[in-house]
Amino acid sequence: MKRHDEVTDPAGNHSTDSRAHVEGRPGRLAKESKAPADRPDPGAHGAAVTLEDVSISFGDHIAVRNVTLQMPAHQVTALVGPSGCGKTSVLRAVNRLHDHTGGAVRGTVRLGSLDVYGPDVQPEVLRSRIGMVFQRPNPFPTMSIFDNVISGLRFNGVRNKRLLREMGIAALHNAALWDIVKDRLSQPAVRLSGGQQQRLCIARALAIEPEVLLMDEPCSALDPVATAKIEDLIRHLSGEVTIALVTHNMFQAARVSDNVAVFLLGDDRVGELVEVGPTDRVFDTPNDARTKAYVTGHVG
Amino acid sequence: MSTLPSMQVALDGAMPDMGLVEAARRRLVVRDSARRSIGRRRAAGRAMQAICLIAVPIGVAPLVALVIATVSKGAGAVNIGFLLHAPTPEGVPGGGISTAIIGSGEIVAYAIGLAVPMGLFIALFLFERPGGIASAVRFSADVLSGVPSIVIGIFTYAVFVERFHHFSDLAAGFALGVLMLPIMVRANEEAMRTVSVDLWEAGVSLGARRSRVARSIVLRGALPGVVTGNLLAVARGVGETAPLLFTVASPTFAMTLLIFNDATEPFPDAQQTAWGTALVLLALVLILSVCARTVAWTLNRKTR
Repeated sequence: MKRHDEVTDPAGNHSTDSRAHVEGRPGRLAKESKAPADRPDPGAHGAAVTLEDVSISFGDHIAVRNVTLQMPAHQVTALVGPSGCGKTSVLRAVNRLHDHTGGAVRGTVRLGSLDVYGPDVQPEVLRSRIGMVFQRPNPFPTMSIFDNVISGLRFNGVRNKRLLREMGIAALHNAALWDIVKDRLSQPAVRLSGGQQQRLCIARALAIEPEVLLMDEPCSALDPVATAKIEDLIRHLSGEVTIALVTHNMFQAARVSDNVAVFLLGDDRVGELVEVGPTDRVFDTPNDARTKAYVTGHVG
Repeated sequence: MSTLPSMQVALDGAMPDMGLVEAARRRLVVRDSARRSIGRRRAAGRAMQAICLIAVPIGVAPLVALVIATVSKGAGAVNIGFLLHAPTPEGVPGGGISTAIIGSGEIVAYAIGLAVPMGLFIALFLFERPGGIASAVRFSADVLSGVPSIVIGIFTYAVFVERFHHFSDLAAGFALGVLMLPIMVRANEEAMRTVSVDLWEAGVSLGARRSRVARSIVLRGALPGVVTGNLLAVARGVGETAPLLFTVASPTFAMTLLIFNDATEPFPDAQQTAWGTALVLLALVLILSVCARTVAWTLNRKTR
């Protein structure tokens, strides 16, 4: 707990460490960047995610190495970089999805002050605090629209019908989907368009009221209109939930994120984090030459 | 209450935001429910796991017992001579089952010659021309695979043996082929369905004729599944007895018939031969199954 306070401050006033120094962008999230010093334990007000010296390997192959990164609470942190540099691996380490795929995670991952890989942590309980949205929309094909939304609640033992209904509706509102689906809640989810399916998946993830939302290239299978809607949603949600967004699209990172973490492949084909900081700063004046090359190559 | 996440945010603003208060309440509901129910959910998960773990040995036990029994009773009979020598009359020592092995081989060869190509072409038709006819064919295949093998046997008897007044391996092969065909058709079709539509479209968009795409993309992609399915169907057919009862001239011309015949004789010699033949048959089926796995594995590796 104390150690946690030393290494991270979700509101980003730890200005001695450039990696931890993150400010809200002007005119946005003013509440978040204002007077954060008097905040109590960050874990108690919507946790930030902290990675300390995290390496992830699959068998002999090291996917990504020595990542140290803070994702400030109630902000959007974009993980960018070319394919195969470990962005998704890092994302999946946060909710322990590697437990099931044989990936080995070394180092420390924290959700607020909780050590995610601590001995007493029950992965199911941990994941009930973290939402995830995948590359391709993956609504459960055997469930109706509404049953999809409340599936996470059911999995977590919520049985009260009135509560389920109320929370499902709230999630659909939060995902800006209510007006579209309110008249066909009992239809199969797969009848929705791709973009709507993805927003349904976001609603499903939001229904458990996560503290952190992990998004793994959520727009890569969507058209620009659907993408714009998802991006709006990400901006809108960032005030309430901490978002980690993996994206290939540098424009998207620039549009929606508060902070950006740039991953690249090292000389030995192992992914590493080369730079992290406020999005404006990283894009305008990157510290690292490799970041500069990558960023300008994509943006300029 | 002031430590609640969204309350904190709300207090920072000018006035409390009821939406955020609600969100905080919902979050508490989920966290509370997740924590309170985790014990129950874990217990249910463990119970399910236990049932699965118990089910495995119960399911595998008969197979193990069967192999042990066959090996222990048949191993004494099997040697090189047993495989290479023709059967001898009752009481004459040193007989083998070579005629039965050759006969079974012939019958299965005929069956393969009939069912494998037919199975491929029918499956290709089902894959390439979906519609009413395909559905009807698929349905017939399902019905045919449910027809008792003795019925196939008596049908073959009526069509071939009775008409030509002649028992023959060819007729037996036909009966086995009819038995194997529907299994092969469905296995082939399933294998073809695993080839994604994207690949099919990529082939067609390159200007290939449908038949060429069917051969180079669909069949090639489905090959591991096709080979596995066909080998397993053959393994299934090798062990069939009923279709042969009406079609093979003598029980010494097919292994399964020999087993049936000798096992029901009162002489210990004959019974020993029956067990030995059973062991040979079992080994053959095992080899076929292992081949099926190996071929599928090798082919799958090549494409990765």
